[in-house]
Amino acid sequence: MTASAPDRVLSVRDLKVHFPVLAGAVLRRQVGSVRAVDGVSFDVRRGETLGLVGESGCGKSTTGLAVLRMLDITSGRVEFEGEDITGLDRAAMRPIRRRMQMVYQDPFGSLNPRMKVAEIVGEPLEVHGLAADRAAFRERVAALLDMVGLLPDMADRYPHEFSGGQRQRIGIARALALEPSLIVCDEPVSALDVSIQAQVVNLFQELQERLGLTYIFIAHDLAVVRHISHRIAVMYLGRIVEIAPRGELYARPLHPYTQALLAAIPIPDPAIEAGRPQQIISGEVPSAMRPPPGCRFHTRCPHAMDRCKTEDPPLKEIDGGRAVACHLYG
Amino acid sequence: MTSLAHTAPAAAPVRSGLWNFLVRLFRDKPLGAFGFVVCVVFLFCGLFADLLAPYGFNQISPINRLKPPGEKYWFGTDNLGRDMFSRILYGAQLSVIIGLSAAALATVVSVVIGVVSGYLGGKFDMVVQRFVDGWMAFPDLVILIVVVSVVGPGMGPVIVILGLLYGIGGSRIVRGAVLSVRENAYVHAAQSTGASLPRILWKHILPNVMAPVIVLFTTRVGAVILAESGLAFLGLGVPPPAPTWGGMLSGSGRAFMYQGPWLALAPGLCITIVVYAINVFGDALRDLLDPRMRGSR
Repeated sequence: MTASAPDRVLSVRDLKVHFPVLAGAVLRRQVGSVRAVDGVSFDVRRGETLGLVGESGCGKSTTGLAVLRMLDITSGRVEFEGEDITGLDRAAMRPIRRRMQMVYQDPFGSLNPRMKVAEIVGEPLEVHGLAADRAAFRERVAALLDMVGLLPDMADRYPHEFSGGQRQRIGIARALALEPSLIVCDEPVSALDVSIQAQVVNLFQELQERLGLTYIFIAHDLAVVRHISHRIAVMYLGRIVEIAPRGELYARPLHPYTQALLAAIPIPDPAIEAGRPQQIISGEVPSAMRPPPGCRFHTRCPHAMDRCKTEDPPLKEIDGGRAVACHLYG
Repeated sequence: MTSLAHTAPAAAPVRSGLWNFLVRLFRDKPLGAFGFVVCVVFLFCGLFADLLAPYGFNQISPINRLKPPGEKYWFGTDNLGRDMFSRILYGAQLSVIIGLSAAALATVVSVVIGVVSGYLGGKFDMVVQRFVDGWMAFPDLVILIVVVSVVGPGMGPVIVILGLLYGIGGSRIVRGAVLSVRENAYVHAAQSTGASLPRILWKHILPNVMAPVIVLFTTRVGAVILAESGLAFLGLGVPPPAPTWGGMLSGSGRAFMYQGPWLALAPGLCITIVVYAINVFGDALRDLLDPRMRGSR
């Protein structure tokens, strides 16, 4: 869980992102807050992929955005390559933005329909003044397109001329333009066809090997996350409930929520699927405005004890390399 | 350095952008091309009215009052015996200039207020939008009368007043479009690379709200020409005997509608044709500026 400072790209401690809920037509006052992310801590090592999974609304995208400082952080600390970036202002963030980029979920909304591919991919270069002249600019764009498996002569086309998978490659090329060390991938394949998903996921892995990239890979598709991640953090209602190396998490899930999630993965064989014991958790995710006291999962947990209703379990490290927030373990 | 993206696409087409645009207009958008030609013809008539008009716009011929259209007077004469055809030509000068410039001013005002207020949001947006609310709630006529009585009537004041009047109201439409565009992931992507505010507004927001902006402009041209006639009627527009179409329609055109229907018909038809032409041209422009509508090259 903890890594030595030099090989740690990102270190997040007790991160909280609360969105104010306002009421009143004229004099708006705060009547509460949505605790989208409520005390999240994790490290990401250089060259690894940290998968961030959980159902809709659990705060995984918010975590990704907060790490990039695209959202106001309520409290906590984000350290990027050894530098505390929690309190940096816009101007101070600018040079750091070169080293942290994002790939988006929607391959249609993430590319400006009025710009040519060269302008889209090259925009980060322009913003940071990284191309000496037009020839260098074109050359760099061509190299980036080549890197993601597109043809250099596609640079003068518009986004609408491409398929979803190709558009996602353009988005990846744009994220690579500044040679970042960290890329936050916010459900980058969930909008693609299954056959295309595999290609794009493989591209991510290939690029990681070639360029030594570090990913935070946000997804809800457990199969995809399993394929690409080295470690996986499971989120529930604004908290990380379990974080473990991929193999261990899938082989021996500890937290009841992780167990429920993995049990919900369908098996593509009707015979096995029918005979398999189903562990279905009941109820709905409680409101992030009023999370339950104690363990946040106790309202739906099959193993809930009295202690869970009052005492909030901390994320505790067990047998090295993995951590779980549950009273069942210690 | 900053102009890299602008210069990059210029490598592909050999001929200039304007020429390319005209070729595509006439090839792909015949109706829009028709609108364009009509606009050019009226502009031409307006510019060269001094040479084209057979009579002066205020040349009175008392014995030829209220003559119907004929060989000598193509569009007839009005109640003072002035040649309607000449007045229409001179009117093209005034009305088309007023229409285009006031609509252009209105569009610029709408875009500046709408884009900045819509994109920045928050308290700034709140303050600006309450000002716009107040402005829209205030009767136009009162503002017009106050301003005109201070600076005096004339073409300049009319353009500025109508431009501001329509511009501030129209900013709501632009703001609405901006609110939806700014939520797109590509805007987010630009922010996350550290792009400056002017760059985001200019390269990401503005091009993507052009469709409503063009429609706003084309509808405003007609509205302005008609509004000017309302002002002229109250003595607040371009003062007579200057021949604006709106003034002709609401002045002699209305007063002598039964004796000489051509007095209302000629300026009325001209306004209709110009407004229609600008609308179809605007629609074609909107489509041609959108890369998605371009089809194969």
